[in-house]
Amino acid sequence: MSSETALAAGRRARGLAPFLRSQMRNIAPFLTLIFLTAFFAFASPSFATLDNLGNILTQVSVTGIIAVGLTFVILCAEIDLSIAAIANVTGIAVAYFTLQESYVNIANVPLPGAVAIILSILLCALLGLVNALGLTAIGIPSFIMTLAMMQIAAGISALLVRGQIAYKVPSLITTLGSGSIGGVPWIVIVAAIMLLGGHLVLTYTRFGRYVYMVGGNREAAEYSGLNVKLILGAVMVISAVCSGIGGMLGVAHFGSAQQNEFDTYLLDSIAAVVVGGTSLFGGRGGIGNTIVGLFVLGVLNNGLDHVNIDSFLKILIRGLILLAALVINVYAQRLREKAAE
Amino acid sequence: MPEGQQPILELQGITKSFGGVEALRGVDFALYPGEIHGLVGENGAGKSTLMKIIAGVHTEFSGRFLVDGKEMHFRSARDAHAAGIAMVHQELSVAPDLTVAENVFLGNQPTNRLGLVQWRRMAREAGEQLARFGIDVDPMSRLGDLPIGLQQLIEIARVLFSGARIVILDEPTSALSPPEVERLFATLRRLRQEGTAIVFISHFIEDILRVSDTVTVFRNGRKVAETASAATSKGALIEAMIGRGGEALEHSYTDDLMLPQPSDRKVVLKVDQLSLSRSLQDISFEARAGEVLGIYGFMGCGQQELSRILFGKLKPDGGTLAVEGTPKSFASTAAARRAGVALVPESRRDMLFHQEPVYKNISISILDRISALLLKPARERDIAKRQVEQLQIRPPVVGLDLGMLSGGNQQKVALAKWLTYPPKLLVLCEPTRGMDVGAKNDVINIVRDLRARGLAIIVLSTEPETVLSLADRILVLKRGALVREFKNEPVSKDRLLEAA
Repeated sequence: MSSETALAAGRRARGLAPFLRSQMRNIAPFLTLIFLTAFFAFASPSFATLDNLGNILTQVSVTGIIAVGLTFVILCAEIDLSIAAIANVTGIAVAYFTLQESYVNIANVPLPGAVAIILSILLCALLGLVNALGLTAIGIPSFIMTLAMMQIAAGISALLVRGQIAYKVPSLITTLGSGSIGGVPWIVIVAAIMLLGGHLVLTYTRFGRYVYMVGGNREAAEYSGLNVKLILGAVMVISAVCSGIGGMLGVAHFGSAQQNEFDTYLLDSIAAVVVGGTSLFGGRGGIGNTIVGLFVLGVLNNGLDHVNIDSFLKILIRGLILLAALVINVYAQRLREKAAE
Repeated sequence: MPEGQQPILELQGITKSFGGVEALRGVDFALYPGEIHGLVGENGAGKSTLMKIIAGVHTEFSGRFLVDGKEMHFRSARDAHAAGIAMVHQELSVAPDLTVAENVFLGNQPTNRLGLVQWRRMAREAGEQLARFGIDVDPMSRLGDLPIGLQQLIEIARVLFSGARIVILDEPTSALSPPEVERLFATLRRLRQEGTAIVFISHFIEDILRVSDTVTVFRNGRKVAETASAATSKGALIEAMIGRGGEALEHSYTDDLMLPQPSDRKVVLKVDQLSLSRSLQDISFEARAGEVLGIYGFMGCGQQELSRILFGKLKPDGGTLAVEGTPKSFASTAAARRAGVALVPESRRDMLFHQEPVYKNISISILDRISALLLKPARERDIAKRQVEQLQIRPPVVGLDLGMLSGGNQQKVALAKWLTYPPKLLVLCEPTRGMDVGAKNDVINIVRDLRARGLAIIVLSTEPETVLSLADRILVLKRGALVREFKNEPVSKDRLLEAA
């Protein structure tokens, strides 16, 4: 291309239609959200109420906290399948380090609340570090590495609770997980703060830029002298710590800590990030997309409870919506590439 | 060309525009059987667009398109293929993990009645076909294990022997060593005798003049000249291509060129007995401040590996590196960058972010210098604007996505990212490959300017012209070993080729 045609191409890309095409990944999830909201509002009188908005926000909070870290990972074109298992083991750990009622039959190690929380966070950070080392130092693909970690974390969970259920967690966790202030649940506030924090880090810090660049073209990042392994390792640790926080608050929110409690959160978190439009190929998307994705999932899950529908059909519907989102995700990438040519 | 004969392919008044920009304006083009037709023009002149129309890649255009005198309208590359038109694209498109034989027969392996692949027959026939081309390889070896030049020859051979009547070759010689080029030319001449029509696009005007019967010159989407190759010269063609006096721009380097006195300034890089399995043996040299060290060799001689070792991307098996006297073993590219080494690899795709704006591409390797934690986008843009101005990157819009720039301008961006805080040592691989004359000249001036600022620069290239136009001292790398050093003595293209 000569410089004139390049200039013209630039001008063309700034026209409306190509702009919309290149923004497809941001627009499509938003339209989906509006459509779903309108549909449920029309189908059920109990859906579009302020109370129900509160319900939806609370319902997506744990997913939202986990999805913050996962957004970093997916932006780097990696995946973390151990998020739900790490959330689970961290939630169990914080209960394990808390004095339980006498009828709970777990050989646990009661510690002061602050210590319990710090140890639990260290635990999830450590598991994230193992993920990071497996991915960067040894070179195991993240898909397999975190699959192994999923089992490892589930194994630690099993050893800690041995099929029992623990109920008590440190009071700070109880407050943040199940308390509220001025009618707003703390867990919603925590999720909002973490999402905001994730957004600020991704948008305004050097590290955030590196995440996008590594995801956009890893080879180029390496040829630019970036420490790609360090960045990949960092996102794996961030993901594990976000999962751990989500797990601790989740345990308090549900009121109990037990095995397999977070299993559905793996799919939900990945779905939230991808439905929101963050590219599975890395480098495109962000927390804003994840928030829209969270609402799409939240509205869908919640809305299906408000309309009269076979409860066994809901699972299928969720699956189909996810498939549609994946199609849009891959398609949007292609459109974007075309617009860039 | 053959008078009175009917053209096998005829295009009349072809006009093609991309979103309002005309890439081709009323081009007439005729191709005769048994003709090798050379095509020259600067990047963006319209050659590739025209070829893509012929090969059925671009299907929307205005004008008449005749094959054997019959009007045709291709809807896809498949249609073009069915009409006997095949194209070898500039980038390799081979399957490196398959065997040579499978690559030769890609898509039409010989099978028996049960539909099973007849391996022995396939290997035998592939071997025979390649032998006709003067390629002697084991048909059952993995293609990816062969040198790039050989891979390219095999790809070209596949297309040439596919039975196509019209073959389009886009820059086929850029990755080939001179003996390989000879083999290619011999095969092209044989095919010409058999009546195949061949279109040959190249930046190497000598190659075009040697092999083609007719040359067509494009400029700004128009055909500006068509002449018999025997009746023109390199200078005349360059003049037609760029529309101004070309002699001064494109030096032919056939005459002796005197290399200057070697620099006695400080040694920036000292390489001692570097080796890497099959690729490099016992490499030792120094690079000094304010000097451009050229390293010349054929494709596959180990240049690529050497450049990667210098930038911490590959780990050598043995030997030492020292930057300004301090021994270094680069564990990562980040370590190399911190030590003051910068690399611009030969493939722009590898080192640039095509979906990101120009300023982010320029600032990426210096972000840690301009921001501790928070980004400073305004500062980034300022720095990028200065570089864009200095290097005359077009269009001068730092917010434009990099993918919108032409190849030459992308190469300048690849340089620009290292220049705000200049490194001590700049390693450039094929800095001018695939560029038009004007952009080449710009890059040469940039490199000279950097040398004047005291950088140590290493230029690795498989094109003698590139090394000769830039280097103060030249090392010749042959099959992984340094075989000759040219310094303070006359050097020419012939002497370089002889040493390699």
